[in-house]
Amino acid sequence: MRSHTDKQLRRILTDVLGLKPGQADDFGADTGLFGHLPELDSMAVAGLLTEMEDRLDIVIEDDEVDGELLETYGNLLAFAEAKREAA
Amino acid sequence: MNVTSYPCPLPDGSSAEEYALAFKRGAAQRLLIIPALFDEGHRMRRLCIDVMRRLDGSGIDCILPDLPGTNESKADLGTLALADWAAAASAAASHFGATHVLAIRGGGLVVPAGLPGWRYGPVKGASLLRTLIRARVLSSRDAGREENGEGLLIEAQEHGIELAGYRLSAAMVQQMQAAQPNAELAEIEQDLLGGSPLWLRAEPDADAAQADALAAYLTMAIRG
Repeated sequence: MRSHTDKQLRRILTDVLGLKPGQADDFGADTGLFGHLPELDSMAVAGLLTEMEDRLDIVIEDDEVDGELLETYGNLLAFAEAKREAA
Repeated sequence: MNVTSYPCPLPDGSSAEEYALAFKRGAAQRLLIIPALFDEGHRMRRLCIDVMRRLDGSGIDCILPDLPGTNESKADLGTLALADWAAAASAAASHFGATHVLAIRGGGLVVPAGLPGWRYGPVKGASLLRTLIRARVLSSRDAGREENGEGLLIEAQEHGIELAGYRLSAAMVQQMQAAQPNAELAEIEQDLLGGSPLWLRAEPDADAAQADALAAYLTMAIRG
């Protein structure tokens, strides 16, 4: 059973990457993001983070954003869930 | 479709001819589209043009002006502020005799007063600025330079800043930071268009179904 945050995060990535509906359902914890998906340049990552803030109602500090955070879907989801619990 | 121009006031008191794309057949209804700002303007341009072609087919005239400092404009973006874009949008509205307005994303921050119309994907100026600053922090970090977003914003409000290739004046940053989308326009929700918002796409994209839905809605709403 996927958490609400998990579903929302898949929806956000679908919007940012222009994926077909359902395509993000195949994302696993190890699915590579930044560095694996050529579309994700710094502007796209910035848009992704702002969209996460708006839709998940969290605040992301610049120093929390590093290569590791965006390396895999699992890392990004764990970060988003921790942020929401803390909020 | 024609490439035309309109007389656009500049902050030094002079005036420049800025380009505009227009579908003009002398219709009674003329829609002014105020484009999304900065990088989003590029990502939303195809949708704008697709909607304009469809409206033209429905017998509604439409105009998409270049804002000074963007696209083919000779004006130096670094000398402009948000108020100058609002003045440009007003000048275009009056030059083309617009009867309605459609503001896309940040275009909603510079809507001319007194025209009925719609806002699609409205966004606060501060939110656009935050994303641009964040993109700069991330790309600087990639290049091995640590920058701080809050520090950059403070400095930008005093001295201006270059973000994502756009040279923004201090006045532009200050006005963006405070700007709220026009509240008088009716909002067009993404659900009406279906699909996902094209301004979010990492790569510019087109979506004929979204253009169909937006144009159909506008045609019905404008015809009343």
